[in-house]
Amino acid sequence: MTARLHAPYNPAVFDAWTMAMADHSDTHPNIAPVERRVDAIQSVFDARGFNPADAVEQAMHLTEETWIPENGARVVAKAWTDPAFKQRLLANGREGVAELGLTMPPHHRHLVVLENTPAVQNVICCTLCSCTAFTIIGLPPDWYKDLEYRARIVRQSRTVLKEMGLDLAPDVEIRVWDTTADTRYMVLPVRPPRTEGWSESQLAQIVTKDAMIGVARL
Amino acid sequence: MDGMHDLGGKQGFGRVRYALDAQVFHEPWERRVNALYSLAVRLGIFNMDEYRHAIERMEPRHYLSASYYERSLTSLATLCVEKGIVTLEELERRAQGAFPIATPSAPGRANVASRQRFSPGDRVKVRSDYVPGHIRMPGYIRGKTGIVVSESPVYPFPDAHAHGIEAADEPTYDVRFRSEDLWPNSADAALVHVGVFQSYLERA
Repeated sequence: MTARLHAPYNPAVFDAWTMAMADHSDTHPNIAPVERRVDAIQSVFDARGFNPADAVEQAMHLTEETWIPENGARVVAKAWTDPAFKQRLLANGREGVAELGLTMPPHHRHLVVLENTPAVQNVICCTLCSCTAFTIIGLPPDWYKDLEYRARIVRQSRTVLKEMGLDLAPDVEIRVWDTTADTRYMVLPVRPPRTEGWSESQLAQIVTKDAMIGVARL
Repeated sequence: MDGMHDLGGKQGFGRVRYALDAQVFHEPWERRVNALYSLAVRLGIFNMDEYRHAIERMEPRHYLSASYYERSLTSLATLCVEKGIVTLEELERRAQGAFPIATPSAPGRANVASRQRFSPGDRVKVRSDYVPGHIRMPGYIRGKTGIVVSESPVYPFPDAHAHGIEAADEPTYDVRFRSEDLWPNSADAALVHVGVFQSYLERA
């Protein structure tokens, strides 16, 4: 066993796979640790003049400062306080978020904003990989990309939400949205009654990534 | 392909490891992988459908045991080898060890010739297609009937786009299924919405 293990690995499965590779090919006796494999690709890119160091630094900036859930929180807060904006947002999410200066990658051609009500809970997933509207709600959290969430949320939605701390009343209808194409989704949560009279910026502070994925209510 | 990645509805998985304010990245190398695959897409080395398909082509035991960003790394390396950016030998020399990549691609396909236009409210059936290449139809809707809710703008047809095949862009339909129809007597009650490419659908 030479591969370095990280939290999401199941060591037993990984061992079995490593052994199977070793059984079938003399060329795969020792898998390089994952970090060294990343180094290898990065050094190839460097040798080819692709400037990977700049890309890594740029990505750090984008993921930490640009693609953040505070974007979606601003959208939600505005939708809660400006009914005309909410109508435009629900009609065309991409154009709606663009009003707040927010952009999406070219291949995300469509943003569908899903409005929760006291009687309806929308929840987003991607069973085939882990797609999200990451420029608006932030990059997906670890659990969203895990096998458990991807396998179970479409089939055991109420059970999984309850396990995650969202115990919905039996009469609340659950709508699960599987991101199988390049249409992206975000959930517009219900505005909590306790926030009456709050300003838009106060409201934005309470909106979380999880609420915009639909696994939490505010 | 009916690959290991097609997880929707699979049973036997345990609780979601959920935490408030969960992390996106756990290790610095994960950020580098994320940056490098995005760079490769920007450089036009491969497109997002090719990227997704190379993840799906990972040896199933590797797929299941790898973290999200190791899958991303494996797809990136696979496509760089297949596109001639680097040989596997050079990668393994630089990594000082074996560098597992995905299994080879099987043929893709062009759009279905007889595809139809649908409107919200139409009852549609997902075709019982079995293809060896890339497809964005989760297995749990194959052959199932649902209701069209809306139509999206057109997108490149993934079954072709992941394989370098010329194809027309086509819309996806937001199709609403009942979980009871997808898994009779074996699912929590819910409406499950899936973005289904036009080529995967026929009138019910």
